[in-house]
Amino acid sequence: MATESATHTRQGSHPTPARYIAIALILAAITIVEVVIVYLDFLNPVLLPLLAVLSIAKFAMVVMFFMHLKFDDRLFSVLFVGGLLLATGVLVALMTLFGVFFA
Amino acid sequence: MSQLSHAAEHPPTTTGLDHRKMVMWAFLGSDCLFFGSLIATYLLYKGKSLVGPYPADVFNIPYTSVSAFVLLMSSLTMVLALAAIQRGDQRGLRIWLAATALLGAIFIGGQYFEFITFYHNGLGLTTNLFGTTFYVLTGFHGAHVTFGIIILLSFLVMSFRGRVAPEQHLNIELAGLYWHFVDVVWIVIFTVIYLVEAPNIV
Repeated sequence: MATESATHTRQGSHPTPARYIAIALILAAITIVEVVIVYLDFLNPVLLPLLAVLSIAKFAMVVMFFMHLKFDDRLFSVLFVGGLLLATGVLVALMTLFGVFFA
Repeated sequence: MSQLSHAAEHPPTTTGLDHRKMVMWAFLGSDCLFFGSLIATYLLYKGKSLVGPYPADVFNIPYTSVSAFVLLMSSLTMVLALAAIQRGDQRGLRIWLAATALLGAIFIGGQYFEFITFYHNGLGLTTNLFGTTFYVLTGFHGAHVTFGIIILLSFLVMSFRGRVAPEQHLNIELAGLYWHFVDVVWIVIFTVIYLVEAPNIV
């Protein structure tokens, strides 16, 4: 049946519980690093980019592995990332309109 | 999991994908816009409050870090609940669902305590721009978490009544998607609202 063969075309096997725990440990480690670096004064000049990178890494790991977006159909990624890009666009547009970027 | 077992879970669709999962992802995409707008509003009015208390006066980074950690770990227990039902382990499902709901409740309890503390420090909803934008953003997130806890507890009760069969694991997966989403939203809020403020706290 054509529909059956097309179903979940990119569906791969989900990670094992052991892999989930390993990912959670990495997420916990990143969180600890985030909290520690905000108290290190010498990192203040690069604090925002550092926090952004760490936060994006955590976000991506949860979405890809815990929400299985890495293993699911690409259409789900389009729906979610589309909303995420729109939200980012709204944020940038509002901040530009309110003169946050170009005061 | 074989393609055939997935196909057997739902009627044929034009995309070959389950409509319920499609709707959930579309909802999560739209919820990105909702929280994106609230975060943008917070950032627009950041530093524009005319009277205190200001973020540096009330934030307690170590305390919020523990809350963030608790919510992060609830994502692990949620995904372990899904893994349990996928292998037909009802006991494992109940344990991990209960653990997830408990961690969520701890997070909400922590947020309630934080709100009460802030209020006693003089920060009300209408005190200043910081109070308004902060409470609306984190309050809506807390409402999402609370709704998630209700869903998890509902599945827990259904599991005890034998109404969550292994072949219905998609229902748990959908609840999990929602739960992980509130977790990733907190990852952003924790960084954008709390951590960037830490260097200003004496």
